[in-house]
Amino acid sequence: MKLAYWMYAGPAHIGTLRVASSFKNVHAIMHAPLGDDYFNVMRSMLERERDFTPVTASIVDRHVLARGSQEKVVDNITRKDKEERPDLIVLTPTCTSSILQEDLQNFVDRASITSNSDVILADVNHYRVNELQAADRTLEQVVRYYLEKARRQGTLDQSITKEPSANIIGIFTLGFHNQHDCRELKRLLQDLNIKVNKVIPEGGSVKDLHDLPKAWFNLVPYREIGLMTAIYLEKNFGMPYISITPMGIVDTAECIRQIEKHVNNLVSNKKFNYEPYIDQQTRFVSQAAWFSRSIDCQNLTGKKAVVFGDATHAASITRILAREMGIRVSCTGTYCKHDAEWFKEQVQGFCDEILITDDHTKVGDMIARIEPSAIFGTQMERHIGKRLDIPCGVISSPVHIQNFPLGYRPFLGYEGTNQIADLVYNSFTLGMEDHLLEIFGGHDTKEVITKSLSTDTDLTWNHESQLELNKIPGFVRGKIKRNTEKFARQNNITNITVEIMYAAKEALSA
Amino acid sequence: MSNKISETLTFECETGNYHTFCPISCVAWLYQKIEDSFFLVVGTKTCGYFLQNALGVMIFAEPRYAMAELEEGDISAQLNDYEELKRLCLQIKKDRNPSVIIWIGTCTTEIIKMDLEGMAPKLENELGIPIVVARANGLDYAFTQGEDTVLAAMAHRCPEQILLIERKKVIQDSNIQNLFSFLSLEKKEETTNKNFEKLKKNPPLVLFGSLPSTVASQLSSELKRQSVQVSGWLPAQRYTDLPSLGDQVYVCGVNPFLSRTATTLMRRRKCKLIGAPFPIGPDGTRAWIEKICSVFGIKTEGLEKREEQIWENLKDYLNLVRGKSVFFMGDNLLEISLARFLIRCGMIVYEIGIPYLDKRYQAAELSFLQNTCKNMSIPMPRIVEKPDNYNQIQRMRELKPDLAITGMAHANPLEARGINTKWSVEFTFAQIHGFTNARDVLELVTRPLRRNNNLENLGWSNLTKKETKNEI
Ligand code: SF4
Repeated sequence: MKLAYWMYAGPAHIGTLRVASSFKNVHAIMHAPLGDDYFNVMRSMLERERDFTPVTASIVDRHVLARGSQEKVVDNITRKDKEERPDLIVLTPTCTSSILQEDLQNFVDRASITSNSDVILADVNHYRVNELQAADRTLEQVVRYYLEKARRQGTLDQSITKEPSANIIGIFTLGFHNQHDCRELKRLLQDLNIKVNKVIPEGGSVKDLHDLPKAWFNLVPYREIGLMTAIYLEKNFGMPYISITPMGIVDTAECIRQIEKHVNNLVSNKKFNYEPYIDQQTRFVSQAAWFSRSIDCQNLTGKKAVVFGDATHAASITRILAREMGIRVSCTGTYCKHDAEWFKEQVQGFCDEILITDDHTKVGDMIARIEPSAIFGTQMERHIGKRLDIPCGVISSPVHIQNFPLGYRPFLGYEGTNQIADLVYNSFTLGMEDHLLEIFGGHDTKEVITKSLSTDTDLTWNHESQLELNKIPGFVRGKIKRNTEKFARQNNITNITVEIMYAAKEALSA
Repeated sequence: MSNKISETLTFECETGNYHTFCPISCVAWLYQKIEDSFFLVVGTKTCGYFLQNALGVMIFAEPRYAMAELEEGDISAQLNDYEELKRLCLQIKKDRNPSVIIWIGTCTTEIIKMDLEGMAPKLENELGIPIVVARANGLDYAFTQGEDTVLAAMAHRCPEQILLIERKKVIQDSNIQNLFSFLSLEKKEETTNKNFEKLKKNPPLVLFGSLPSTVASQLSSELKRQSVQVSGWLPAQRYTDLPSLGDQVYVCGVNPFLSRTATTLMRRRKCKLIGAPFPIGPDGTRAWIEKICSVFGIKTEGLEKREEQIWENLKDYLNLVRGKSVFFMGDNLLEISLARFLIRCGMIVYEIGIPYLDKRYQAAELSFLQNTCKNMSIPMPRIVEKPDNYNQIQRMRELKPDLAITGMAHANPLEARGINTKWSVEFTFAQIHGFTNARDVLELVTRPLRRNNNLENLGWSNLTKKETKNEI
């Protein structure tokens, strides 16, 4: 047992649901108690989804506990098959089904006989993997299922496209700025004259998965999800993959050079040379290279920062801060414990310390000890920063609704470098402004001039009413006080009691 | 609308495939209500993830709750549950020193049959802190029923009432009260003196249901106006202030989802239950007060006028809602009371979805609903227990209600299809009880309608691309 207040990565089924609901026309059925479909709320609220989230539950209740699911799961699958006609139904186990040990595979086998949809059981164990690992697995499982199906049916066409093309693997729902990143990657590939063959899972159709091998290579922008799929495709179809995250100027260039290498391996007549493109973009399209030469960035030299997040974002941001902006990263860390080795290797030489933990109190203590000028982390670090009065730029999940901006905010590619430069600069200047204001006598707006009507002399609040007033949340207390006093004056009352307060509320809200 | 009005309520039961919050969410408001408590949810990452996201920013304010997260070793019984819980509770005691620790049992503790009830008394002795066990899991309950399980467990911890002392205290209290009101509001002198006479006669009355303290004192003072003295609340502001219970004590619920608590109070603590409609809306509040007074043989004074006054104050909102139709998808058990209030406001209710309906505990509310429908000449809504969200959405497609009261999972998709929605959870967190807060209920209900008045004529109410036949 572990005393836990907060977690960075969610339970396994969330990962499966994120992948399943990112595909078009795929329905997930959770084998779960009532109340575990909270995923639908998150998707609907955070992504502001217009469509109903294609996730339902086959509810585990007392009856199921006593007698097993029996026909229930099968019925729910066949019912969904009729109602929504999905291409694929993914039966999703939860922590509850992990310990019930029902033969879910058997239900899946039976249901797939009667339904038109394909049906699979997500191969994830609640106690072994977290949200990110589960997502990675589920994506691989779905891809494998359809490629093997195509192979069995003899419909698998293994020839590659005439022009260079790529699959983008790992863009999905509730991912940190994923939609914007995807658009930016497509633009980048287009600039390089490379066609986008497929993007999965977001917006992809499982019916098209058999076309995946047509691409010349796979691009896996995030470390956490997509790698398993890419490795499967490499093993079985000889497809090369690129897993360098194109975040920051240096790594974006590196990613492009890798692309060049793979593409040139396959073309025979002409060779691609992307160097002029990289140069042009770096010097003139992205403002980040210029920014790091400018006076603004000079002022940031040697300032201390702390970075924490998922492996991809924490590693990339660390390298950008240290290598591209001359900021001193005192500590960097990730909660992706399962990927600790890779992470350490990536940030080696770019930071003073490395912290691998999923315990937010350890992160908090570390920040308090280091006292950096700015933090780059998740929502949790933002709140730690608030408490310690240190500005924080959010660079990784887990996130809140404000991290699903409507405006275009990629982290990847050349536009991403601009966004990151803004984010970093704003975090630091905010902190410095605050600091300067403090030195020169504080914010002049701190003393809010009260628009109180009362002179505070002619009215008395008795003890009870004062207690009552103090119970009212601070931000409305002033208003309630003013309104009550106004009401009291109008009614020639000098002694304010609790009753008067309520009477005032009723009278004034009318 | 047809003129034919059905006379009786009809109840249906669907598949139970609906969206609601897990009952462990009660931790969110109960830890705030009971100031010296600590809630320990014994469950998995799934439970923790839900709480973390549902509680939103509260989570960053060092809440008095935590997860005892079960790991593989706990499930396979390689680890000793008792020792593990002891270790965690010791740490909680050290860090927070609460007056009570409440263990929330979850689906997992049910399935692996972890004997929380058996371990609690032992550990309680060892630690010297009361440990209350509530099984608020998603296998058995929905959303607000979580509070019901916690309060039912707490009812066992209330001290036994000793009538003589209690009575003396009531008299003393009323003396003090009297003194205060005399000082504060001179006009009241006469009535309070009269009240004083009556107060002596009012047997102990304990109200149950967790309300924000302002709302609780509003209700208490409403009753005081009718010279009914409230002797305690379950739960009180602090665990150490739990009210005394016994066979002379009358109890009355303030929320519709407290049927287990009511049963426990009656059967185990031998209290007398006053079955009344719930004090939601001015109509409900008046009926609630009237019922309590009638049990005590007190004639209410000025109540009718007071209700009228409140309705008068609501006029602007009533103009907005009159004639509009509502569809309750159902997820928090407040639905019957809210529907009854909205019908009285002149709205038409098509369907009342509700997770679970205790017809005995809600009897007074149900017949009040029936009467309200008759008085307003509005057809009886269908009441659907354990609704099926998919079917409901099909029905909404036919009915095209002006407003759907629904969970957050469906709100945005419905809005995109041109159906106004109000999130149902807001009703559980807003102040909706008593005369004073009637306006707040309508504030919530009319918000989407008012928003629409602002956005009218822009021509983009339907924002979905293509409509498949299965969707609205
Ligand atoms: S439904 Fe069960 S497993 Fe899910 S959050 Fe609630 S108690 Fe935990």
